[in-house]
Amino acid sequence: MTLTLAAVDGATTPEHLDHSPLAVRGMTVSYGQKPAVFSVDMTVVPGAMTAIIGPNGAGKSTLLKAALGIVPAVSGQVTVFGQPLAQARARIAYVPQRASIDWDFPTRVIDVVLMGLYRELGLLRRLRGHHRARALECLDRVGMRGFAERQIGQLSGGQQQRVFLARALAQGADLYLLDEPFAGVDAATEKAIISVLKSLKADGKSVVVVHHDLATVTDYFDHVFLINTSRVAQGPVADAFTPDTLQAAYGGRLATQQIEQIARA
Amino acid sequence: MLTDALTLQLGYNATLVAIGAALLGLAAGVTGTFLFLRKRALVSDAISHATLPGVGLAFLVLVALGGDGRSLPWLLVGSAISAWIGLLSVGWLTRRTRLAEDAAIGAVLSVFFGFGIVLLTVIQTLGRGKAAGLDGFLLGSTAGMLRADALLIAGGGALVLLVVLVLHRPMIQVAFDSEYAAARGLPVHRIDLAMMGLVLAVTVVGLKIVGLILIVALLIIPPVTARFWTERAGRVALLAGLFGGLSGYMGAALSATAPNLPTGPIIVLVAFAIFLGSLFFAPGRGVLAAVLRHRRFQMRVHMRQGLLALAQGQPIYEALTLRLLRRAGLVRPDGVATDDGRARAAKALRDEKRWEIVRRDLTHEAAAQLYDGLRPIETVLTADQIDEIDARIPPATGVPA
Repeated sequence: MTLTLAAVDGATTPEHLDHSPLAVRGMTVSYGQKPAVFSVDMTVVPGAMTAIIGPNGAGKSTLLKAALGIVPAVSGQVTVFGQPLAQARARIAYVPQRASIDWDFPTRVIDVVLMGLYRELGLLRRLRGHHRARALECLDRVGMRGFAERQIGQLSGGQQQRVFLARALAQGADLYLLDEPFAGVDAATEKAIISVLKSLKADGKSVVVVHHDLATVTDYFDHVFLINTSRVAQGPVADAFTPDTLQAAYGGRLATQQIEQIARA
Repeated sequence: MLTDALTLQLGYNATLVAIGAALLGLAAGVTGTFLFLRKRALVSDAISHATLPGVGLAFLVLVALGGDGRSLPWLLVGSAISAWIGLLSVGWLTRRTRLAEDAAIGAVLSVFFGFGIVLLTVIQTLGRGKAAGLDGFLLGSTAGMLRADALLIAGGGALVLLVVLVLHRPMIQVAFDSEYAAARGLPVHRIDLAMMGLVLAVTVVGLKIVGLILIVALLIIPPVTARFWTERAGRVALLAGLFGGLSGYMGAALSATAPNLPTGPIIVLVAFAIFLGSLFFAPGRGVLAAVLRHRRFQMRVHMRQGLLALAQGQPIYEALTLRLLRRAGLVRPDGVATDDGRARAAKALRDEKRWEIVRRDLTHEAAAQLYDGLRPIETVLTADQIDEIDARIPPATGVPA
C-alpha cells in the first residue's frame, strides 16, 4: 500500500527535481533475489532536515548506500543538485554507521577529520597548518577538540560518532547524509549532533538522516520519508508522519496505541 | 667478520646482495603496510605461490625459442603474469561464488604451487643442465647474483615506492573506511587492485633474494612490528620500511659471514627478532608496558579501596592492600591507621560522596561520565563547583573538610 499525499506530489514535479539536493528515481536494490529496496522514488527537500524512517530491514541504510553508489543498484537513477552523482560528489558528505569500522586502526582523531580534506588535497599536496586548523575547528563544533591527539579506539561510541560528523563537516558539503547517527550513543552526543545538524540547516544545507527513534522525529525533523522496501510516504512531518503512515510502514510491529501516542507527541 | 659484513667489506657479491636485500626489505615493508591495514595480509601468500608456474612456463618458452632459460627479467615477467592470474582468481572466487576469501586463497595458493612444482620437476627431467637454478626461486638464491639483477631489484623497488607515495592517501582511506571512501567517489575496487599489484611487484622483485615461500614474511612482519610503535598509519608505513630495510641488510650481511647460510631465511629471522623485541619492549602497545600498566592500575584500585575501608572502619583482608597502605605510611604494622592515613581516608570518602552527588545531577552529566572510582574529583570539577557540591552533602554523613 502506498499513501501518496498531496504535498508529496507537489514535491516531485520536474521543476523541483532540478533543484533537489538528492533525487532518486525507480531505485531497486537487491541482495540475491530478494529486493531490499524496491522501485523507490525519493526527493530530498533543500534546506531541510529529512528523516528516513522504517522498521528494521526496511532498506533505509541500503537506500542511502545505493543512492551514493556504495552498493550496486539493480535499477534506478540518482541526481544530486540536478547533476549526475559522479559530478556532484564533492557536494555530498556521508557519515556511515560506526559498525563497519576497525577501531584499532592506527589513526588519531585529527587524522580522521583530515580525511575529509583528502579530496581537496588530492594525492600529493602537503597538509598545511591551515588544514589542521580547519580540522580542529570542525572538532570544536562537535565538542571533541580536546581529543584530537587520541587514537580513535580510545573514544566512547558517541565520541566516535561525533568525530565522523566532524570529518563530514570538514568537507564543507551542501548535502549531509547520516546513517543512524544516534544509534547507541549517549545523551550528550545526541544533543551535540542535533545542534550541529540544526546549524547546518540554518546555513541552508540539506540534511538526511536514517533514523530509528520514532519518539524524536517531530522534535528533530522537518520532513520524513517512510520506507518499508518500497516508499510508504514522504512529506512534511505534520502530513506524512501520521498514525496511518506509521501503520502502513510498520504493520503489526507497533501497537496501534503506541503509534497514536508517537504521532501526537 | 660481522663488522666486515655490515660495512660491506666481504666482496662484490655480498655487497650487491646486501644492498639489494635492504632495498627489497624497504619496499616490502612499506607496501605490506597497506595490505596489513586493509586486513588482506594473506592475499600475499596466494600471490607469491602463484608465481611459480609462471617461472616454469617462462623457462620452457625461452628454451623452446632457443634462448638461455635463466634470463632473470623474462622469468620475472612470467612469474608476474601467473601471479596476476592467481590474484584475479582469488578475487573472482570471492565475489562470484559463495567461497570466503580465506578459502579462495587456500585453493589458489595450493593449486598454483602444485602446478608450479610439477613444471619444475618436468623441467628437471628434461635433462638440460641449465635448469638447475630454478628451484632457487622457492627459497631464494643469492650466490650467483649479478649486477644487473641487483639493479633490477633496485629499480623495481624504487618504482613500487613511487607508486605507493602517489596512492597512499586513497589506500589509507579505503583501508580505514571503505564505505566512506566509496561515498566520496573513490574507485575502491581499483584501489584494492592497485595495492595488490604493488604487492605482486614486490613479490616478483623479491623472488631472487628471499624466494616465494618467505617473501610473505617480509611483507607482513615489518608492518606488524611497526604497529607496536605508533598510532598513525603513515608512520606505520615509514617504520615498516625502516624495519624491513634493516632486516634485509642485516640478514644479507649475516648470511655472508659463513658459507652455506641461506640469505632469505636469515633475513626473515632478523625481521622476526625485531618483531620479538617490539612485542615485548615497545612502549604503549608492548607486552611489558601492558603488564606494568595493569600493575599500576591494580595498585591504584587497591589503594583506593583500602582508604575507603579505613574511612568506614571496615577490616582489610587483602594482603596487597595492606602492604600498599603500610608502604605508603598510611597504616601502622598492626593495621591501625596513622594520622596521615586517617586524613587520606577521610578525603577519599568525601570524594566518593561528592561523586555520588555529581552522578545524580544531570547538570554534571559530562563530568559524571568520567567517574571510574579512581579519578580525583578536583581534576574534573573546579574548586567552586566542588564547594557547591559540598554544600549539598547532608550534614549527618558529612565529613569535616
